[in-house]
Amino acid sequence: MCLALPARIVELLPAAEGVIDLGGVRKRISLELVPDARVGDYVIVHVGYALQKLDPAEAERTLGLFAEAGLLDDAEEAA
Amino acid sequence: MSKIRSDYVRPVDFKHGRVDMSHGGGGRAMAQLIEELFVRAFANEWLAQGNDNAAFSVPAGRMVMATDSHVVSPLEFPGGDIGALAVHGTINDVAMAGARPLYLAASFILEEGLPLATLKRIVDSMARAAHEASVPVVTGDTKVVEQGKGDGIFITTTGIGVVPPGVEISGDRARPGDAILVSGTIGDHGVAIMSLRENLTFETTIRSDTAALHGLVAQMVQAVPTIRCLRDPTRGGLGTTLNEFARQSGVGMLIREASIPVRPEVSAACEFLGLDPLYVANEGKLIAVCPPEDAERLLAAMRTHPHGADSAIIGEIVADPHCFVQMETSFGGRRVVDWLTGEQLPRIC
Amino acid sequence: MKYVDEFRDGALARRIGRRIAAEARSDRSYHLMEFCGGHTHAISRYGIKDLLPDNVKMVHGPGCPVCVLPIGRIDSAIELATRHAVILCTYADTMRVPASNGLSLMRAKARGADIRMVYSAADALRIAQDNPAREVVFFAIGFETTTPPTALVIRQAQALALTNFTVFCNHVLTPAAITHILESPEVRELGIVPLDGFIGPAHVSTVIGSQPYEYFAEEYRRPVVIAGFEPLDVMQAILMLVRQLNEGRAEVENEFTRAVTRTGNERAKALVAEVFELRRSFEWRGLGEVPYSALRIREAYADFDAERRFGVAYRSVADNKACECGAILRGVKKPADCKVFGTVCTPENPIGSCMVSSEGACAAHYTYGRFKDVEVRAA
Repeated sequence: MCLALPARIVELLPAAEGVIDLGGVRKRISLELVPDARVGDYVIVHVGYALQKLDPAEAERTLGLFAEAGLLDDAEEAA
Repeated sequence: MSKIRSDYVRPVDFKHGRVDMSHGGGGRAMAQLIEELFVRAFANEWLAQGNDNAAFSVPAGRMVMATDSHVVSPLEFPGGDIGALAVHGTINDVAMAGARPLYLAASFILEEGLPLATLKRIVDSMARAAHEASVPVVTGDTKVVEQGKGDGIFITTTGIGVVPPGVEISGDRARPGDAILVSGTIGDHGVAIMSLRENLTFETTIRSDTAALHGLVAQMVQAVPTIRCLRDPTRGGLGTTLNEFARQSGVGMLIREASIPVRPEVSAACEFLGLDPLYVANEGKLIAVCPPEDAERLLAAMRTHPHGADSAIIGEIVADPHCFVQMETSFGGRRVVDWLTGEQLPRIC
Repeated sequence: MKYVDEFRDGALARRIGRRIAAEARSDRSYHLMEFCGGHTHAISRYGIKDLLPDNVKMVHGPGCPVCVLPIGRIDSAIELATRHAVILCTYADTMRVPASNGLSLMRAKARGADIRMVYSAADALRIAQDNPAREVVFFAIGFETTTPPTALVIRQAQALALTNFTVFCNHVLTPAAITHILESPEVRELGIVPLDGFIGPAHVSTVIGSQPYEYFAEEYRRPVVIAGFEPLDVMQAILMLVRQLNEGRAEVENEFTRAVTRTGNERAKALVAEVFELRRSFEWRGLGEVPYSALRIREAYADFDAERRFGVAYRSVADNKACECGAILRGVKKPADCKVFGTVCTPENPIGSCMVSSEGACAAHYTYGRFKDVEVRAA
């Protein structure tokens, strides 16, 4: 059951719930499993529950790794 | 003593009343409902005559007939309702032959207990749609089923039209090299419905795209009389319609994911719901196949019409004995766009 | 969509593909198993194989919890809905899985059983609250990603003192399945199935962390790279695996650092441990009995256990003789190797579980890739 999406928390609601936004779509989900999540945080959402917070710094680092493969590529072509 | 008018008939209570078995009984109650609701809303000479049929002359030429049943739930949704769908759907089916739609028939199966206010809203919506499209609803029928045996209301519409001379449009006419075009963003209608069911909300509400396309088709046929195929991708979406054409014509296709217009919110909603936009229903879009040399001209003609503003060329017909519809993904690989399996169930996995 | 679109960039994908081709040594091949239905689906949907060199081969593992659910458990679910007349709430994925007597949940529903598709466990709880006079059973399936939500609703049901809500628990565990594959004769002794490394599941790992995989790397000397869900994540993970294999390393690396830490989600793990305990053994479709691979509800929450309340007896049912799902799930065979693939067994009429779930190897191949079989044969 792997389908899960990274979405931004736009509102906190009582009873450990919140509203998340993905590409302009909003849904009410449970934040029970990530109690320290705040508005503006990104969370991985699965079957109506946030499972984990997404670390933006790590996301950038990962994108950098992808690009690095490209740089090596260019370097080899230039060589 | 107060004066009681001898011809007083208590009007139908559209505010608080509900459909009951007498409305389908063939008696006075039914006649009154028909008079005060349907005849009044559709407002045309045929219904005013009060027959069980409608008589009219038709221009010479090839006739086209089409029929559609509508069972959508919920009955009302952002952008439309079952009534508008029923009118647009059949007008579009007739128009997809390149024909000018002339007349509609509408039959209703009402569930006992349906609020008359809801029925009135739906019928008024149908009347508006028919009037805007200049295609009158000239005859109809009403039945009532017991509570629990119908989803509120089922509507079946049948329409006829006439094809201008020299126009031959059919799903089996696609040839290798032909261009494939779509008239706008896909997935809007299906997502509007599913989102209501799943309690998704949107920053900008996604509205059903239900629309009558005969005006767009007329413009297209005038600009490019050599159009080979036309169809509106309703249930089963773009993917299904392309496969239908492929099978009917005995050809394959190659389309480009990056060219297919999809609204970002529809895309995001599909991610959430585990749906593939390629298979989501549309109610105001069409797919066209035309000779390659006419593609740019057809695109330009479509884009000038309000219902074709976001038109795009999405691919071409290829020779393929297996009739696969292949797609170049935005990612760069290639995959098959197959027939839809069963009903598209939202994925969790 | 932020954190989604950037990870689907085609141009970057091709570059990573070229890097993989440059670094993959020409004197060997690389057999990499992805163990996550989401990865199987992503690989097919994005045509990732098109971007890999020929000597890097992807093997589909049993990462689809629908695919590994034994027929007997579906039969039990159908029995709950028909014989016991409960409202059976299920994720949509299970509806079409073929069970015994030509039935499926979908067909049982057509025959009048009250079976409802839900998007979330919370929906099932709500149905129980809205229907106090009816028994409501939630058909819980899934790996460690889906288990914490089930734990939560059981606790909520207890807090609400609901008497009409139970869970039919079929949660299974990832590390146990990986061990089982690595221990299978084909892999361990006979060497029939070369398995050089694993792409670790994305969302399971957000919950359990990267630590549980360290055992495989050490004990079986195979590298594991945990990959995110998007196609670029998968490509990058493949590159990292190729590098490990070239350098003779067998470590656990984490490509999905934006969501996976070494320990995962402690709160979710604690909740699961409170509500569930290990079953000594559980049958997996295609793998047979696998020890300590599944969960059941603890005694403390017995009131919410459908198996206890309804006395559900389990009967093991063998797969159709022609069905090769077992071999396919273990990576021993490919969909095209199965005699009934694409003919008798299609997504419309599935014989086995690999074809039912869109993440099953057979369904994914049929839906997205079977045109390649034809091209190969025609050549």
